[in-house]
Amino acid sequence: MDPLEALVAQIQGLSSSSADINRLHTILKQSEDSLRSDSTRLSSLLSLLDPSLHSLGFLYILDAFTATSISNQQAEEGVVPIINNFIHACSVEQIRLAPDKFVSVCKRLKEQVMLLEAPIRGVAPLLTALQKLQVSREHLTPLHAEFLLLCLLAKCYKTGLSILDDDIFEVDHPRDLYLYCYYGGMICIGQKRFQKALDLLHNVVTAPMSLINAIAVEAYKKYVLVSLIRHGQISSSLPKYSSPITQRNLKLFCQPYFELANSYSIGKIADLEAYVNTNAEKFESDNNLGLVKQVVSSMYKRNIQRLTQTYLTLSLQDIANTVQLNGPKEAEMHVLQMIQDGEIYASINQKDGMVRFLEDPEQYKTCEMIEHIDSSIQRIMSLSKKLTTMDEQIACDQLYLSKVGRERQRYDFDDYDVPQKFNI
Amino acid sequence: MDVDDSSALMIDEIYANGDDDNNNRTIRRPIISGDQLDIEAYASLYSGHTKISRLIFIADHCGDNLTMRLEALRMAFDEIKKGENTQLMREVANKIDGRLGSDYTLDEAWCDDIDRRAEQKKEKLENELNSSRTNLIKESIRMGYHDFGDFYYAHGQLGEAYKSYVRTRDYCTTSKHIVNMCMSAILASIEMGQFSHISSYVGKAEQAREALDTITTSKLHCAAGLSNLKTKKYKQAARKFIETSPELGSHYNEVIASQDVAIYGALCALASFDRTELKSKVIDNSNFRDFLELVPEVRELINDFYSSRYASCLEYLGNLKSNLLLDIHLHYHVETLYDQIRQRALIQYTHPFVSVDLNMMANAFKTTVAGLQKELEALITDNQIQARIDSHNKVLYARHADQRNATFQRVLETGRGFDRDVRSMLLRSSLIKHGCSMRSLTRKP
Repeated sequence: MDPLEALVAQIQGLSSSSADINRLHTILKQSEDSLRSDSTRLSSLLSLLDPSLHSLGFLYILDAFTATSISNQQAEEGVVPIINNFIHACSVEQIRLAPDKFVSVCKRLKEQVMLLEAPIRGVAPLLTALQKLQVSREHLTPLHAEFLLLCLLAKCYKTGLSILDDDIFEVDHPRDLYLYCYYGGMICIGQKRFQKALDLLHNVVTAPMSLINAIAVEAYKKYVLVSLIRHGQISSSLPKYSSPITQRNLKLFCQPYFELANSYSIGKIADLEAYVNTNAEKFESDNNLGLVKQVVSSMYKRNIQRLTQTYLTLSLQDIANTVQLNGPKEAEMHVLQMIQDGEIYASINQKDGMVRFLEDPEQYKTCEMIEHIDSSIQRIMSLSKKLTTMDEQIACDQLYLSKVGRERQRYDFDDYDVPQKFNI
Repeated sequence: MDVDDSSALMIDEIYANGDDDNNNRTIRRPIISGDQLDIEAYASLYSGHTKISRLIFIADHCGDNLTMRLEALRMAFDEIKKGENTQLMREVANKIDGRLGSDYTLDEAWCDDIDRRAEQKKEKLENELNSSRTNLIKESIRMGYHDFGDFYYAHGQLGEAYKSYVRTRDYCTTSKHIVNMCMSAILASIEMGQFSHISSYVGKAEQAREALDTITTSKLHCAAGLSNLKTKKYKQAARKFIETSPELGSHYNEVIASQDVAIYGALCALASFDRTELKSKVIDNSNFRDFLELVPEVRELINDFYSSRYASCLEYLGNLKSNLLLDIHLHYHVETLYDQIRQRALIQYTHPFVSVDLNMMANAFKTTVAGLQKELEALITDNQIQARIDSHNKVLYARHADQRNATFQRVLETGRGFDRDVRSMLLRSSLIKHGCSMRSLTRKP
């Protein structure tokens, strides 16, 4: 019997109980080479199998099939729909036995839709795929970053946000996390959720790393810009827990961005604009020019916000003068926009061109507010519980203990004369 | 609280001040010290080196006023001639540049004479010191170094003088000697402009075992005040100056005159004290009142400030300014002190009110509404005044922070921050854990 047909038969026979599937897995691993060598016949084999019943076997054959280079023609004919169907139908238990294969198939799907210049076709399948692959919602899969990239390219920011709201705690590979946070940050910027974007980018910048990497550098550039938009300032140094290599080197790579921040902190809009214009090329080449422009316009907002702290009423003309806008009409537009966005509380009297600034009407008395506070408390409680368990886990971790034990010994030996260092 | 009690009374005065200021002004005595500084009288307050350096300072800073400049230089020249500082003589003669006639040109013969005698004296002192050193007589060595210090001081070699004075320290046997050493070192360092040394020697002198007499204590207070003034610690400076006892009189006029104590103390106090402190420590301070009597315009301006007659207070200050700028110690601080006093006045003016009419306030401060608005804006941005400006009706409204809302806001913010930090911490620890296990895998495959 032809080895491939035998394999198909085995797949069909051994796909029911879990013991069988484990056996099938070993068989499949052994026959990987023969699958690859005979790639032309694989597409016919696929039609013999049911992706929902024989997911594991289907996955191996599909992987071997897609591994061979596919021309555009073929892709349109079938690969994308086949993978889509498979992702949709496959059984969760079976594909988790071979996560690497599954990831590589999904990555090929991504490459295909990119080749076809239709990234939107990959968005839904990848979302399903990563949800199937995820052991829990706290787990980061390699597919997260791919999915976010497709969302970005397809401009499906909202879909992307749906997975960004999950808290990620378990990471297998740092690179996945960097990319996930970087793309995630960009999606949040697209949706103007600057705080969330800051959090995500912050994770990249402060992540432990032994070598500086391009993702961190790019993330830091965006971090600086978003931080200016959101808070109007940047902290001059990275937090202590970020790795020493980033603390030393990041600034060197982001010089124009720091100068921008300096110019921003002085508060003169003309200077800032001049600086942006002279350095537009640099920002353009980093693909950050749009964000830089948002930084500039945020300065008007910040200056207007500052006025609300000092004035109860102020004429539009005065606002235009202090904020350096061209006349009361433009000032009115800005104020109106800011009122609409809930950034300031004010009312405009068009008759005499006066703006009356009001206090924040939030009284913290409504049921919604109480609920909000309550949910925050719950959330923080669960977080600190998590923290405690994590702490216990680490305290019991063998690797950690052996490492710490070794170091302790060495210190003891070195600092034999100075025991007061160790009154822990 | 007495601030609140008095604030009710103040209101009438403030309004009176704002409205019929002119009537008030005519009743009060005219301001005297607005006129040009009388150098002769000023110089007579001081003796020794400070007189010369103050005169030279005036000459350097009086601007275009040539007569004043030459007058100051002439007096400095006369004074130097009495001393032995040839270096300074040359400088001053250079500055005069023959503009005061032949009596005031560089007298080379005099210089050479002084220099020669200085050489001889130095030799003599060295011999004496050496002999006492070989004989190991502590007291003589101390005297020797002290004489050396005096010698250098007289010749304007302040660094050497300071070193010699400090050297006497190892040979001091009584606390009187220590105090003596400290006073000399302080004198030299004041003249050098090394104000950082002063505080340590003041501390040392105050620790002397025997109680110091009032005059020495006052001198030390003055020195400490000066050093605080120079380092811009105006509050401490004010405290030191107002603690000075009036017995000081003219005992310390090689450094400071009583009038100076009054002026420095008063300005620093105005710039840094709050109302209660001003009342209890300055106005009700019988010691300091004696000083203030010497400079009536300063006394008046403090009283005006306290009783909220800001316009006249600021007028006094304005009149004094040109003369204060000629003061060697105050020159670099006049602007800062004035700004701070003005800010304090603005803050105090607004403090008791729920709403303030800016027109009225501008009147009281003798300024325009627009200018006042700018000043207030800066103060509000600085969070020094809790108020907001109604620029339409030109009224300033006090703003009372709602504690409850602020607390809620802060709590939510803290919660968010905690949430964020913990999450990223967990994430990082996961990465580190991963890194650890990766490394251990590679180490033992």
